Amino acid sequence: MGLELKNLYDDFRDGETIKAYAKIIAEDAKKLKKPINIMEVCGGHTHTIMKFGLPQLLPDNVNFIHGPGCPVCIMPKERIDHAYVLSMQPDVILVTLGDMIKVPGSKGSLQDARAKGADVRFVYSPMECIKIAQDNEAKKIIFFAIGFETTTPMTAVLVDQVIKLGIANIFFHINHVTVPEVMVELIDSRDIHVDSYNNQIDAFLGPSHVSVISGSKIYEKFPKEYGRPVVVTGFEPVDAMQGISMIVKQFVQERCELEIQYKRVVSYDGNLKAQALIEQYFEKISLFRWRGLGNVPDSGLKLKDKYATYDAEVLYKDVLPIAEIEDHKLCICGDILRGMAKPKECTIFGTACKPTSPVGSCMVSSEGACAAYYKYGNLI
Amino acid sequence: MTKNITIAHGNGGEENNELIKSIFYKHFENDILAKSEDAAVIEDGKLAFTTDSFTVSPLFFPGGDIGKLAVCGTCNDLAMMGAKPKYMTCSVIIEEGFSTRELEKIVRSMKKELEINGAIVVSGDTKVVPKGAVDQLFINTTGIGQIEHKGITASGIKEGMSILVSRDIGAHGATIFAAREGIELESALETDCASLYPQVKALIDSGINIVAMRDATRGGVSAVLNEWAKSSDVCVEVKEESIPVQEEVQGICEMLGFEAVDLANEGTFVLAVSKEEESKALKVLQRTHTTSAVIATVSEQYKARVILNTSWGTKRFLDLPTGELLPRIC
Repeated sequence: MGLELKNLYDDFRDGETIKAYAKIIAEDAKKLKKPINIMEVCGGHTHTIMKFGLPQLLPDNVNFIHGPGCPVCIMPKERIDHAYVLSMQPDVILVTLGDMIKVPGSKGSLQDARAKGADVRFVYSPMECIKIAQDNEAKKIIFFAIGFETTTPMTAVLVDQVIKLGIANIFFHINHVTVPEVMVELIDSRDIHVDSYNNQIDAFLGPSHVSVISGSKIYEKFPKEYGRPVVVTGFEPVDAMQGISMIVKQFVQERCELEIQYKRVVSYDGNLKAQALIEQYFEKISLFRWRGLGNVPDSGLKLKDKYATYDAEVLYKDVLPIAEIEDHKLCICGDILRGMAKPKECTIFGTACKPTSPVGSCMVSSEGACAAYYKYGNLI
Repeated sequence: MTKNITIAHGNGGEENNELIKSIFYKHFENDILAKSEDAAVIEDGKLAFTTDSFTVSPLFFPGGDIGKLAVCGTCNDLAMMGAKPKYMTCSVIIEEGFSTRELEKIVRSMKKELEINGAIVVSGDTKVVPKGAVDQLFINTTGIGQIEHKGITASGIKEGMSILVSRDIGAHGATIFAAREGIELESALETDCASLYPQVKALIDSGINIVAMRDATRGGVSAVLNEWAKSSDVCVEVKEESIPVQEEVQGICEMLGFEAVDLANEGTFVLAVSKEEESKALKVLQRTHTTSAVIATVSEQYKARVILNTSWGTKRFLDLPTGELLPRIC
């Protein structure tokens, strides 16, 4: 019998195992000297935690802070406007991933652009761009690339293929961002736009898929230099419960370490080939503006200058808006992302701000903290 | 309402409801329309009357085509009101250049499905439009059925009743998604597209009192349950592990970040009966699909809401799907 897809998740959703971990966590948590706040950095974890109702299983002294790791959520409005403007250019087919299509910028969403006649398509794999380019030789295909370390290699492979195959009608608008830099920012804000604050984060649940690419090594500095334990954790509920249990144990045993829960895939070094490919085509930009958080040093990527002929941000420089657009002043996403507030403390949560009409970053995608609370969370 | 109509306004979920209410119901307002059932019940409860348009892409998909869908869709809406489909109309809008052979293939599959329902097409219309005005072929069908089981309504569900699904869910939505441009997954999946009248007849013949019945098309099972919870002002409590989902469908959901309860079906219905008739109804349903199951009970815990109970003791609300169904990024 071969490996089936369900083998990859069935055991990791087993009710009895989840209950067993809940019991272990509850026992260990009795020994905690003070309550702990665990930040799950990634929106995928937020989704798992809320969808499977995990906070209902945890004792009162173990809390979650929902982090900024949702690539759609953290895109500032001016960059969404870039996508909108690009899609409206003559002979352009704008291609992007999944729910990026729904997010409204100041001019509307890509869905609105499509309703006005723009050719906007979403793909599951960036490699689909090649087929679209071949079927539409007279058009310019702009791949609006978003995502963390997990999706960056797929864009890098597409860049690699476009260059090697000499495809002349695919261009890139790069919005890739990186996880460790924003974690540093959350602990130790250096943003000139934001007043000083005390973050509430005691430990991190590290996203496993990021470490499949980048290895667990990217988190080494957090226990060592910042005194925050990190457990690289998978996305099924059993994974998440085990990851939480490992963090609680570290506090009980007064350890502060980098550990891997998701040992079945993640290694210390990660996927070196993917890292090399990213290195080949991309370089860091000094500042990337995160929606809700502001400028974060070294957290974004761009195409290297020698590939500027493929860079839609360079080619369409004259039509792309540059002014920064802030969210409504009632929106408290910045505080939510820093763990200083919960979605329900926001005055516009569920009223003026809903998944169908999002005001701030945490509501725009199903992986955002507010959207997850809105969809699943109201029983807690 | 937003200034322009977007794809989300046709999703069978929240935005779709808003569009219908704020424009169509506002101007067409009348008592029959206001009931908002699958089919309108007219002539003192003797007849059911409904219409549906079909714009599916691709036109041919594993397990069916737009023709089969066009007959099933309308006949199923009639069957869901306890009616036997009798007379239909068929209007087609064809893009110039469309293959005659494919058109005939589609019409042949309509004929086959009409025979299963015992219905006939008695009137029709054809329009041909310039290239680009429609995507290959759109079909509208309207149907009239004779009601054989009276009193089926979304507002009659009461505390203690049981809710069943007629088979494993989400096959149509998953099949169409896997076949879509830009996804192109290979799978052995087939749509569930089928005429439901034979199953409804079996339920009626066995003397079961059908309280509510609805085919879970756009918006999936979650849309039906939410609508029922609201219409009957009750709480529908779903036992998550009892929802039948075949492996391929679950696999596609895992990959793309969907939930099977949100996916469209074209031959799957949800049924509400009294607790006493639960096992009898299940037996009748299992004659056609062994995967049919009792998935929920009705309580008063959270009125007008649907909640999902997990096997590890947590619960959450199951809401109407919103927006266009799009894969999650990671």
